[in-house]
Amino acid sequence: MKLNKDFLAGMRGALPILIGVIPFAMISGVAAVSVGLNFWETMGMSVIVFAGASQLVVFQLMTAGSPWIIMVLTAWVVNVRFTMYSATLAPYLQKLSTWRKALLAYMLSDQAFGVSLSHFLATKDEINHRWYYFGAALLIWVAWQISAMAGALLGSLVPASWGFDFAFPLSFMALMFAALRDRPTVVAALSGGLIAVFAKGLPYNIGLVLATLSGIVAGYWLESLKLKQDAAQ
Amino acid sequence: MSKASLWLLFLAVGLGTFALRFLFIYLFGKIEMPEWLRRALRFVPAAALAALVFPALTHPSGHLDLSLQNFRLLAGLGGAVVAWRTRNVLITILVGMTILWTLESVFGI
Repeated sequence: MKLNKDFLAGMRGALPILIGVIPFAMISGVAAVSVGLNFWETMGMSVIVFAGASQLVVFQLMTAGSPWIIMVLTAWVVNVRFTMYSATLAPYLQKLSTWRKALLAYMLSDQAFGVSLSHFLATKDEINHRWYYFGAALLIWVAWQISAMAGALLGSLVPASWGFDFAFPLSFMALMFAALRDRPTVVAALSGGLIAVFAKGLPYNIGLVLATLSGIVAGYWLESLKLKQDAAQ
Repeated sequence: MSKASLWLLFLAVGLGTFALRFLFIYLFGKIEMPEWLRRALRFVPAAALAALVFPALTHPSGHLDLSLQNFRLLAGLGGAVVAWRTRNVLITILVGMTILWTLESVFGI
């Protein structure tokens, strides 16, 4: 069997980004153990969900004793960004059976999206986009699972007295700053955050969902104002 | 949380996340994402993550605490500076946790 050259190019393209993937996956493994999951539960979740930020969100909500449905809803909200990636990559991932599309979709990650799309936009060569994406996404998936496993094994060595639960808001903070690109996104974050503080007392942690929605509305509204102003000029 | 509801949680989160990943690859050529939705989705990460971060700092033990005895708020503010400058998860965790442990061991419990 000869390996497809675009598949290998995709793997090579994803290689540098593993520097970010490996520690984050290990953190997710350590975090899972710190909230009381055993090794198999940690790996089961890692394979079934395969979306680090939402996994950490679930852990934080577990430590807060949130209801099941709030954990599920919040994790979905955090992962809604995948629809953007999926819509953007869709033209490159056609002419495949539904099963293969499903496999490629399952492996979609922030990093696979970033690596593939930037390559597709930059290259002038005739390449097989599906194989390139598959190579990048697969390497990231494998690195993620191995690192999560290492994290799960290391996690049992971290004593509870370290207060590792504080690592959740800290990691969300880094992800949040990475999402701040312009004034409307900053306003979305500030509104979402402040409303979450004021709505903290509401039952079932519902304030979290309300705050997120308010943040989206605030950012959208500000951007609409700007678009109108630009159009008027 | 029981073992069964834990695995149901993984399945619910996982299936929903798969649907979000698969939707527009599958629907390509049939339905386009509406422009207003594309614009609104851009704000989801910033809004959702901030809604998780802020209360974790201001309500460390369930009630509002804006005092200097709230070490998580102080360590979080330090972490925020690092997060802003580096946007790196690992460095932010290391610095934030170090500040928290230092405050706790010097002034704490």
